[in-house]
Amino acid sequence: MSLLRAEGLSKDFGGVRAIESLDFEIRAGTVFSIIGPNGAGKTTLLNLLTGIYRPSAGRLWFDGHALSARAPHEFAAAGIGRTFQNLQIFFNMSALENVMAGRHLHERCGLAAALLRAPRLARAERACRSRAAELLAFVGLEAHERSAADAMPYGALKRLEIARALAGEPRLLLLDEPAAGLNPSEIRDIDRLIQRIAGLGVTVVLVEHNMKLVMGVSQHVLVLNYGRKLAEGDTETVRNDPRVIEAYLGSGGD
Amino acid sequence: MASSRTAGLAALAAVVALLPLALVNNYHYEVAILVGLNAIVCVGLNLLIGYAGQISLGHAGFFGLGAYGSAILTARYGWPPLAALLAATLAVALLALAIGRPILRLRGHYLAMATLGMGVIISIVITTEDRYTGGPDGMSVPPLTLAGVALTGERPWYWVVGVLLVLAVWLARNLIDSPHGRALRALHGSEVAAEVGGIDSARHKVRVFVISAVYAAVAGSLAAHYAGFITPAKVTFFHSIELVTMVVFGGMASTFGAVVGAAVLTTLPQALTVFKEYEMVVFGGVMMLTMIFMPKGLVPTLAALAARLGKAP
Repeated sequence: MSLLRAEGLSKDFGGVRAIESLDFEIRAGTVFSIIGPNGAGKTTLLNLLTGIYRPSAGRLWFDGHALSARAPHEFAAAGIGRTFQNLQIFFNMSALENVMAGRHLHERCGLAAALLRAPRLARAERACRSRAAELLAFVGLEAHERSAADAMPYGALKRLEIARALAGEPRLLLLDEPAAGLNPSEIRDIDRLIQRIAGLGVTVVLVEHNMKLVMGVSQHVLVLNYGRKLAEGDTETVRNDPRVIEAYLGSGGD
Repeated sequence: MASSRTAGLAALAAVVALLPLALVNNYHYEVAILVGLNAIVCVGLNLLIGYAGQISLGHAGFFGLGAYGSAILTARYGWPPLAALLAATLAVALLALAIGRPILRLRGHYLAMATLGMGVIISIVITTEDRYTGGPDGMSVPPLTLAGVALTGERPWYWVVGVLLVLAVWLARNLIDSPHGRALRALHGSEVAAEVGGIDSARHKVRVFVISAVYAAVAGSLAAHYAGFITPAKVTFFHSIELVTMVVFGGMASTFGAVVGAAVLTTLPQALTVFKEYEMVVFGGVMMLTMIFMPKGLVPTLAALAARLGKAP
């Protein structure tokens, strides 16, 4: 069953076509990787899938329905979460509060109840706090519960973003280069974390340059080049595709 | 968390309760009341500037509309003061809602310019509509009556303002400690991350803008009744800057910082009368020195210092 389907998806910036009539389908419960050389349009694609950009043309279906969301927060409400290539941590908050903020969609709290601190709210806050602590533990940051986000190391912040995204209980989680800038042992941790996330039944879209990671965790790989689909298929198919090899290494015949 | 919240509020309540021991004459009470009224505005403004990270250089406009709304409804139309206060506050809330929607899409300098423009327009309207407002000469305002009793004299006013200040701080801190407050701080930290986390940033910004405008309007209305006379001086751009300076100096994203900022910068010019003519220079200087030496403001800087000293053996 396809969780997300794109049809003729395009994005122009002025005269530049960043994404050009792209068709693909993400099956529920899989790890779907998007790879391609720098500037291939990977992050642009994630921005389209989270409502940060509006497509110039094309349509998106999510869970069998045309995705009618417009603003990013509506994409989130539809069940799409993400992390960012360049960290977008709430540095003015603690690690735990970052994750609690990620639970925003699941909190029902009127303004009056908030201002008057209704007893019901205090209970909801405790529940939110303990859920956030569980998620920090899930990504291996239990030691950082009280840390101020701006005092945490880079590798921990990468995982904090994942915990915050998971807090929204997304059905589709988009990870934009979760391994970028990490050392080999941290990358192994991310590898295992992605598998555990997939194990929860969350469909994962992975944009990543680290081929070992991509080939290890993905069921399906989409290769982009200059905003177009270059190849698509399981890891074996993509790995052996001559067009992919050429895009990455340049043609050997010159 | 819960204990630190109540402890802070209890400390503020204790200061308000015990301060009269140090206030020996009416003039001292007057300064304390001014501090309280400014602090109420600053606690609201801090929600907008300190927590949500959105600037406003026009809050004196909301303060002025609250003040003149109350003044005009009571003096010219004979409304009961409390009804006038509520009506003026509601009108300011609606205005802030209408203005907030378009201008809070702007960021940084653009938002600053838009709010500045808003404040200047309000100030000009109040100064020129002299049929209602008395123009630059100002107008007198009847006293506030509570349950048929006119509130006059410094001491009763002190307690009214003191109780309202504690209430204002309690409400603000509750808001900050709720999902709404987290949403505000989140969009301050990273608006794009807040949005993809499901936070409707436009809605939350407009909401906190309205709340901060309501704080200013209530304080303005009270200030008008307390002084018994108002002039457009409190509606000027300079007063907006004073308010922002109090928030920044006291400490952004610190409710008690806003109170301390209001207290210090309201008392300072009174205490050092030599500054009177150079008030603007002093405020400018305070703003610059704060930005350079303690960009987080007085209270957060002192809190961090205390935490560091506490850790050291």
